[in-house]
Amino acid sequence: MKRFLDAFRLLVRYQGISIRGQMQYKASFLLMSAGTFLITGVEFLAILVLFGRFDAIAGWRLPEVAFLYGLVNVAFSLADTFSRGFCVFAGMLKSGDFDRLLLRPRSTALQLAGQELTMRRAGRLTQGLAVLLWSAANLGVAWSLGKTALLLLAILGCCSLFYGIFVLQATLAFWTTETLEIVNCVSYGGVFAMQYPLPIYQAWFRRFLTFVVPIGTVAYFPALALMGKADPLGSPLAFQVCAPLIGAAFLAMALQVWKLGVRRYQSAGG
Amino acid sequence: MGAYSAIWTARFRTLIQYRAAAFGGLVTQFFFGFIYVMVYEAFYASATTGQPIALSHVITLVWLGQALLGMLPWNVDPEVKAMVRSGSVSYELLRPVDLYGFWYARALAQRTAPTLLRAVPLVIVCGLFFGLRPPASAASAGAFAAALLGSLLLGCAITVLFDVTLLWTVSGEGIVSIATSLVVVLSGMNVPLPFFPDWLQPVLRALPFRGLIDTPFRLYTGDIPPSDLPWMLLHQAAWTALLVVAGRLLMKRGLRRLSVQGG
Amino acid sequence: MPQIVVENLVKTYRVAERKRGTWGAVKGLFGRRYRTVHALNEVSFTMESGELVGYIGPNGAGKSTTVKILAGILVPDSGRVEVMGRVPWKERIETVRRIGVVFGQKTQLWWDLPVGESFDLLRDIYKVPRGEHKRTREELIVLLELESFLDVPVRQLSLGQRMRCELAASLIHSPDLLYLDEPTIGLDAVSKLAVRDFVRRRNRERGITMILTTHDMDDIEALCTRVVLIHQGRLLFDGRFEDLCARVSRERVLTVDLAEPDAAVGDPDAISVTRTGHRVSLRFDPGRVSAAELIRRVTARWTVNDLVVESIPVEETVAKLYRGLSDGSL
Repeated sequence: MKRFLDAFRLLVRYQGISIRGQMQYKASFLLMSAGTFLITGVEFLAILVLFGRFDAIAGWRLPEVAFLYGLVNVAFSLADTFSRGFCVFAGMLKSGDFDRLLLRPRSTALQLAGQELTMRRAGRLTQGLAVLLWSAANLGVAWSLGKTALLLLAILGCCSLFYGIFVLQATLAFWTTETLEIVNCVSYGGVFAMQYPLPIYQAWFRRFLTFVVPIGTVAYFPALALMGKADPLGSPLAFQVCAPLIGAAFLAMALQVWKLGVRRYQSAGG
Repeated sequence: MGAYSAIWTARFRTLIQYRAAAFGGLVTQFFFGFIYVMVYEAFYASATTGQPIALSHVITLVWLGQALLGMLPWNVDPEVKAMVRSGSVSYELLRPVDLYGFWYARALAQRTAPTLLRAVPLVIVCGLFFGLRPPASAASAGAFAAALLGSLLLGCAITVLFDVTLLWTVSGEGIVSIATSLVVVLSGMNVPLPFFPDWLQPVLRALPFRGLIDTPFRLYTGDIPPSDLPWMLLHQAAWTALLVVAGRLLMKRGLRRLSVQGG
Repeated sequence: MPQIVVENLVKTYRVAERKRGTWGAVKGLFGRRYRTVHALNEVSFTMESGELVGYIGPNGAGKSTTVKILAGILVPDSGRVEVMGRVPWKERIETVRRIGVVFGQKTQLWWDLPVGESFDLLRDIYKVPRGEHKRTREELIVLLELESFLDVPVRQLSLGQRMRCELAASLIHSPDLLYLDEPTIGLDAVSKLAVRDFVRRRNRERGITMILTTHDMDDIEALCTRVVLIHQGRLLFDGRFEDLCARVSRERVLTVDLAEPDAAVGDPDAISVTRTGHRVSLRFDPGRVSAAELIRRVTARWTVNDLVVESIPVEETVAKLYRGLSDGSL
């Protein structure tokens, strides 16, 4: 426990420095945030416009879809914000700066996690949060302590999953110099797909989002539990509530794969 | 003219080399296209009222959008951005080339080369398997081609306008990122324009952005009849001319401002 | 108990052969050909606590590879390595906690942050107790004269200033072992002397074991009694630096300051004679003619205002050594 707290403190310190550095460019930061807010908000705008013409999608009304949207976007932008180190990792490997991380008595993953907290993604976060809060107010759900806790867990679980995807994406750099855009499919495509309820997708795609890259699992099922909605796919409540754990498990798995990558780097000599 | 075609071929060659990236990009677009299609199908399945466009047309629009995504002016020329940042844009003034024309040619190259690489395989595969229907008629096909050309010219004018905005560095970048969202929405790339509320339609019809996507695509599906082509082309041409003039004026202002500041 | 034990260390790299041209690139898609590089070929040596050893050899000899293995960054193919009782790559974090590294060409500081903040970050990373950190930090700042630019971001420092900061950063957690990889590269004379002086004192006063990898032979001459020479992955020499130089060449130089600048000075036993103004340098082999004999002969025939006898420059000795190694004559 103490190790965890200690690592957390170090992370916070790193992040604080990064934020302070970026706040220096205030005007640019505000405008770029506005830009990101709008460009990600465009996706929600599509939902709004379409719900102006249609009443529901697969039995989900606007506030329900908005809830799912908000949940997924908040989780994604949190993961995105805190994983910038992994994003730039490929470049670091090329310039030979990874050795520097290995020379420090800390796990490399932790060091990367602490790097470069980028505030530019704040736009997507704000927008996701706004939608989430609006929908939460309009769902007609009684927000008990238990439900709020589950919501936070769901966000955390979803966030862990996205974080795991980013870690895996970075780990690829240990094996190849190509940046595989296909992985972007999974992360950005995943967040896009999960804004809509799982049942609308065909079986093969549903299974992909549930078992292979379980974005569907960590977003859709807890949302059902929170909204008290019946699941046409027939999942039990217990599963819905525990689904966020899968996100944590995915992240743990990703970190193990990362360790494999580091080991390979040490054998091959970089 | 030789200089401009040289730019085009150079760009094309570079892109051929990045085939791996191109392929990855293709997969991404299939992926997104699929999701859109499934979403629309789900919406239509539970539709209780009539809709402004038929589902089969919407699916065609989605795939056309993915195929021709490269044509949408949603970003600035990264080299221009780099040039402005480093300050070397002032050297461009020393070249015996009309700078606006030069940037316009670059924009043309950037919009056409990658598009061709992606559009062709996507159109073939989606046409065969995934619901991309052929044009409504021969006349529609011809109208589509003409409007597409108009869209290209219009799009490049917008791109160069964005590039020029970068000359006002800090605020320029922010403005561009905001304007990008507007372009994506108002062109009909995000959601086909007929879905927007009825009271918004006149505004959407007047603005230049519909000429980028909405006009050529709905000519293709026949939602806009080929007989409307002349009006559509006029709309595109008028806005293109306006944006070119505005672009040139702003460019002059911006460059002067830079040299005053000692670029 | 030696602090560092290296036994039969072997490390091979597989380097992909890149073909040139477009056709080569296409061929490259269908399976690569690899070339094996024997970076380390059965290298063995030990080091006791408190030693200051020079690790020298031509480029590509395997020096960096050795240092990386000792630091736990790299895993060897075979051989036994123990650093302070631990196998470095198996217990990377524990090993790295007790060592410091200075890379002359790469920085471990945070580029955009003021130097002082880098030191604070390092305290957290190495979990140094606050009181101890304060003391060490103050001491290092005074010794290396860093006070005046503690608030300056690292990227704005001159090379000499940066190197001093790197040294301080590498010692801030009081390591027992220090690897210095080209620490004086690119530095001006004053900075070089400052770095050398600091390194020597740290080694003597604190007993910090040090491995110095460098191409600057003046560094070696000034700091190391023991050198380890490595070439193409093989350890060729492990002993005193003077002995190594003697093996390469015993030549010495007699330089005289003539009273009459136009006098034609020479000697049958002189290997070569060079002249600058009224200074004439005669190169000779002490085996053929002793220094005393040569002096007697020269001063007998010409009037000499001043003279000095010295060894040939160390750089030259080592260049000769490396050349001899590569063409197999040594």
